[in-house]
Amino acid sequence: MTVTTTHAPAGKAARAARPARRRRSPSWQRATPYLLVLPAILLELLIHIVPMLVGIWMSFVRLTQFFIANWAEAPYAGFGNYSVALDFSGPIGRGLLHSFTVTCVYTVIVVGFSWLFGMSAALVLQQTFRGRGFLRTLFLVPYSLPIYAGVITWSFLLQRDNGLLNHLLVENLHLLDKPPFWLIGNNAFVSTAVVALWRSWPFAFLMIMAGMQSIPDEVYQAAAVDGAGVWQQARHITLGMLRPVNTVLVLMLFLWTFNDFNTPFVLFGATPPHSADLISIHIFGNSFVNWNFGLGSAMSVLLLLFLLVVTGAYLGLTSWRNRRA
Amino acid sequence: MKARLLAAALAVATVATTAACGGGSNGSGSSGGSSSKTLTYWASNQGTSLQNDKDVLGPELAKFEKQTGIHVDLQVIGWPDLLNKILAATTSGQGPDVLNIGNTWAASLQATGAFMPYDDAALKAVGGQDKFVQTAFATGGAPGKTPTSVPLYGLVYGLYYNKQMFADAGLQPPTTWQEVVDAAKKLTNPAKNVWGMAMEGGSYTESVHFAFIFGRQNGGQPFDDSGKATFTTPGMVAGVKQYVDLMGANKVVNPSSVQYKNGPEAPGDFAKGKAAMLMSQNNADNTLQADGMTPDKYGVVAIPAPSPLPPGGKDVASFVAGINVSIFKNTKNKDGALQLVKFLTSPDEQAILDKPFTALPVVKGGTVNFTEDKNEADAFAQILATKAEPLPLIPAESAFETNVGNAVNGLLAQAATGKAVSDADIKAALQEAQDKMAAAGS
Repeated sequence: MTVTTTHAPAGKAARAARPARRRRSPSWQRATPYLLVLPAILLELLIHIVPMLVGIWMSFVRLTQFFIANWAEAPYAGFGNYSVALDFSGPIGRGLLHSFTVTCVYTVIVVGFSWLFGMSAALVLQQTFRGRGFLRTLFLVPYSLPIYAGVITWSFLLQRDNGLLNHLLVENLHLLDKPPFWLIGNNAFVSTAVVALWRSWPFAFLMIMAGMQSIPDEVYQAAAVDGAGVWQQARHITLGMLRPVNTVLVLMLFLWTFNDFNTPFVLFGATPPHSADLISIHIFGNSFVNWNFGLGSAMSVLLLLFLLVVTGAYLGLTSWRNRRA
Repeated sequence: MKARLLAAALAVATVATTAACGGGSNGSGSSGGSSSKTLTYWASNQGTSLQNDKDVLGPELAKFEKQTGIHVDLQVIGWPDLLNKILAATTSGQGPDVLNIGNTWAASLQATGAFMPYDDAALKAVGGQDKFVQTAFATGGAPGKTPTSVPLYGLVYGLYYNKQMFADAGLQPPTTWQEVVDAAKKLTNPAKNVWGMAMEGGSYTESVHFAFIFGRQNGGQPFDDSGKATFTTPGMVAGVKQYVDLMGANKVVNPSSVQYKNGPEAPGDFAKGKAAMLMSQNNADNTLQADGMTPDKYGVVAIPAPSPLPPGGKDVASFVAGINVSIFKNTKNKDGALQLVKFLTSPDEQAILDKPFTALPVVKGGTVNFTEDKNEADAFAQILATKAEPLPLIPAESAFETNVGNAVNGLLAQAATGKAVSDADIKAALQEAQDKMAAAGS
């Protein structure tokens, strides 16, 4: 600013132009990043924030079948929807609690095994051997298939009468006398978890493999010189240096698995068996099957709060450990 | 540090999707009739496949375009998706102009206010109330309210039986429920994978239909006169038991059919001789013939009731089933929509469409023309005239369907996996359904 005021009176047109450009450029420079992210922010608002706010608003109104054609008329419900959802002695709260418990167990199993399988496969494929590229590609197939195609194929495999699995167990191997049901009763939970695991472990594998590429060979060489065996190298170097990757990976797997809608929906439709009543589809059922969008939204908000708390605690904990380390 | 930032960003993004998902703004965008010369019509799946519906309706709608100059954009929607799509259209306001609904949803959908009421002027525009068969017209909405749908295709349940299998076993068509069970037991041979009865055991709509029909036979009533749910009365429990016992205690149903839910599976088993009987609406004819079973191979009688009738029971063999047609309230071409409804419900078109869709006529003077077999035609006409009751015409009907239907499906699954289903189990499941509806305020 000071530059322009002192120079401008003395200058000719040509000289005046330069300071003018200079005057414009700092403000442009400041604005450029904001302008660049503006479309992203607008879209983010449109796609995530606004629907989220609408969802929160919906959770406070009695948005039942009588008002879905005209939302504005839906009466204010206060915390009514929340108290119904959280009344664990009532049928709806009991259902939600059951679904929540099932989802927690499901998440622990799927995330745990996904990580374990991903880690093991990445460790094995770190060695160079013939067919490594082929195996790498093969392992990634489940992740690259469209979700629907993959899961619907599983549902065919798991059919009782003409499913491949029962054919194998009963007719080929004679392990069982009677073909079991895999998609109803308690087996449905196992089936869902296996299908989800099949889908998500390649992602863990991919992330861990990428993380391993960035560990310099020298570190291993140095460790080998110091007498560290394969296991010690894996434990102290690979795992140690993968910690940032693992932190992110476990969190993402947790969020994806906890919110998993596709797997149960494609396997079972809108109303899964009791044993596989995962939370996303449970909420969907309460909204769409029972036409009560207020209640469904209240459950969604509760889920959101739970995930935020868990995520916050997890990030807090891991960064605290990182700082200490 | 970078990893943490990344993690935080990803976490926020992923968490945010959660809340957005539950929002239910699942606006399945369909082109609402923006141009006044085009109507969007959602047809339900009445033929053997979605393509079959398109093939049947296509030439008729071309005829309509020739008469009126209005082009109809036809979309055929499968049953598993139809109600959800209607709900999404209702919530978003982005819907078709004209659409088919299952007539049992009429009162529930009427309560949403999304459909145009057929007031006197509108009824006149589609040809007047008097042109419809009155039992079918009564399903258009809650009693005492301006209807928001008019009947399009009529359907009722009947008991199909395989003539050859019955003759081979020296059996007559059953006239009491006990005879149904006895015949089914006699014709069941699990070793050959042949069963007495076919069942769509994973379909909540089928399950709730039989809960209603058998509940009525046993003196039950899903709702009392004030509209209060009474699912757990002894009559309703006995009705559900009558249905579930086919799979459970009597073991005359292939346990695998508990996973059937799409429509053609149970008729398929019947057509292929894997089941000797089938309880289905008359549009099963379609699937049977597509599966190669000619009409002379099967007979139809009314689904019999227990004899003697339990206290308070009624000889109900079906509910007044069928497809109604509604107009979306925010259509931009109300006149055109009314013309289309008039066209579809005209006696001429009814006579044409009832045949491929194997439907009963809903306009006066129509005759059952989907079958050459006079006995079958008479049986269905008779069931509709004397043994069919409408499902409760109240807003909570749809919630009744989903909650009770799913409860019965759960009981069937329990029976299929070999766990005996007791009266107490049935009562508990029905109580749970009733409590859920009450707590959800529907």
